[in-house]
Amino acid sequence: MSSRSLSILVIDENRPRASIIEAGLREAGHERVTIVHDVNAIARRIAEVEPDVIVIDLENPNRDMLENMFNLSRAVKRPIAMFVDRSDQASIEAAVEAGVSAYVVDGLRQERVKPILDMAISRFNAFSRMSRELDEARSALESRKIIDKAKGILMRSRGLSEEEAYALLRRTAMNQNRKISEIAQSLVVASGLLDGGGLP
Amino acid sequence: MSAVHHITAGFLPLLDSAILVAARERGFAAEEGIELALMRETSWANIRDRVAVGHFDVAHMLAPMPVAANLGLTPVRLSLVAPMSLGLGGNAVTVGNALWAAMAEAGARGIDDPASAGAALRDVVAQRAGRGEERLCFGVVHPHSGHNFELRYWLAACGIVPERDVDITVVPPPLMADALAAGRIDGFCVGEPWNSVAVAGGHGRIVTVKAAIWKNSPEKVLGVRLDWAETHEDRLAALIRALHRAGQWCALPENREDLAGLLAGEAYLNKPSGLLLRALEGRIETGGGIAEIADFFLPAGKAATFPWQSHALWFYSQMVRWGQVPHGADNAEKARTSYRPDIYRRALAPLGVAMPSASMKVEGALSVPTPVGATAGKLVLGPDGFFDGAVFDPATLDAYIGAQAEAVAQEG
Repeated sequence: MSSRSLSILVIDENRPRASIIEAGLREAGHERVTIVHDVNAIARRIAEVEPDVIVIDLENPNRDMLENMFNLSRAVKRPIAMFVDRSDQASIEAAVEAGVSAYVVDGLRQERVKPILDMAISRFNAFSRMSRELDEARSALESRKIIDKAKGILMRSRGLSEEEAYALLRRTAMNQNRKISEIAQSLVVASGLLDGGGLP
Repeated sequence: MSAVHHITAGFLPLLDSAILVAARERGFAAEEGIELALMRETSWANIRDRVAVGHFDVAHMLAPMPVAANLGLTPVRLSLVAPMSLGLGGNAVTVGNALWAAMAEAGARGIDDPASAGAALRDVVAQRAGRGEERLCFGVVHPHSGHNFELRYWLAACGIVPERDVDITVVPPPLMADALAAGRIDGFCVGEPWNSVAVAGGHGRIVTVKAAIWKNSPEKVLGVRLDWAETHEDRLAALIRALHRAGQWCALPENREDLAGLLAGEAYLNKPSGLLLRALEGRIETGGGIAEIADFFLPAGKAATFPWQSHALWFYSQMVRWGQVPHGADNAEKARTSYRPDIYRRALAPLGVAMPSASMKVEGALSVPTPVGATAGKLVLGPDGFFDGAVFDPATLDAYIGAQAEAVAQEG
């Protein structure tokens, strides 16, 4: 009986992240994975899926509703405890740190659940790292564009070479203890105002 | 200069986060050498978990939450204390337009009259049952919340058996109005501004308020991990002093506009300040006109921030009543000691503040504001009555719990 594959329910409104978790669980040999994005009518889904483990992201405001459901025998027949073991502080910390929470059917052995939780935590971490890197790349691209624009303005208005324009931006940034992109941004805005482009 | 202490507090976007917000934004925390960081959360479960793992040092918590944690009712193992209350009142019961129409026909009157609203609701419930219609469904914010307990208390005192006659489900506060508009629930009990939001959206009508069901009753507390409270005694005391001063500031009518503006900020409630101002003034737009409610939300005065152990015990009595925990002397003791007036007194003693000499009171004994024994100066309490005239005497807890059980047996 213990070798029966676990039924895992993933509740996550973030679709890409939910897919990443699902893929990870399937790779790890879990066949019975259900993904739910919308928590309305979740009670029926839980009754159908009869999950052994529920993974939910901490940003979901419906966690309170979910916990209430676990207290009511009507929706979920078996009592559910959170995390692998109520005293497993390290797991709880790692999960909350990553932004994920797990509810586990009481009595399920720790060695069966731990890998699932660890996997969810590492996928959550990987996903947030990926989003962060994407944001950084996006903002780097934005900065480069704005610096190019500022250089163009300086080259036109003061007759500087591209190199001289960049050196001026950099020197100003250093003197004011600000980023080059911030100086460039101010210059572009100011120039827009002076040209009358931003005024009605 | 003494060192600056960092304290991180979690909160949910509700009117009664006011004391924490004012403590940070109007300098009361800084005066006590505290750099107070406020982190908005999306669920009470998150508040609890983040306190458990130490992300938050303290938090804006549902008043029954520390009691529930110490009774082992929460999924994470956690010992919490409530060394301070964050005010009294602030909730209301709102129903959808269709249910209001039926209640009005059945004779529901003003929102300061829970008995007439409850009697009308009982008639509507009976009519629906007679026609074989589905049970009405009400939303509350958490099973261990003042909302759940006051809604059930009101229903039961009006002859509606919550378990048999209606469904009670959990909906997060910011989603209440939407759930009502979508017809997933027929009514709800929630803190402000979420009742006013539903009314402003044209989705419902406020039928009664916490301040009428149980006058000057507890709603949120400052929740702290027991071990944090023990290892950071001075820091916690400084925070309590800051919150005390912030509460007094919040209570002054001339500061309400400023406070409403603060709370309206994007980082806090992110709702129109006019809506919040009305709730702070106790002028509630019910959907059928403005009602003036005495002591609708009380952030100071009448010992509004004192953590009465009789409040903890009343919540415990309701947990027993609705089958959340079995009654026993050791459970009652765990519940009582979840609230820590000793910490509160020690923190505020240097300020010479008037504090109650007792740690418990008979709830429902005062029908008018009454001067009581205090450690310094003058202190006026109450009124603290339940709308049905019942009295909760913590000295006769067993009898109170016994009477509740009998009532349930008779109805069932």
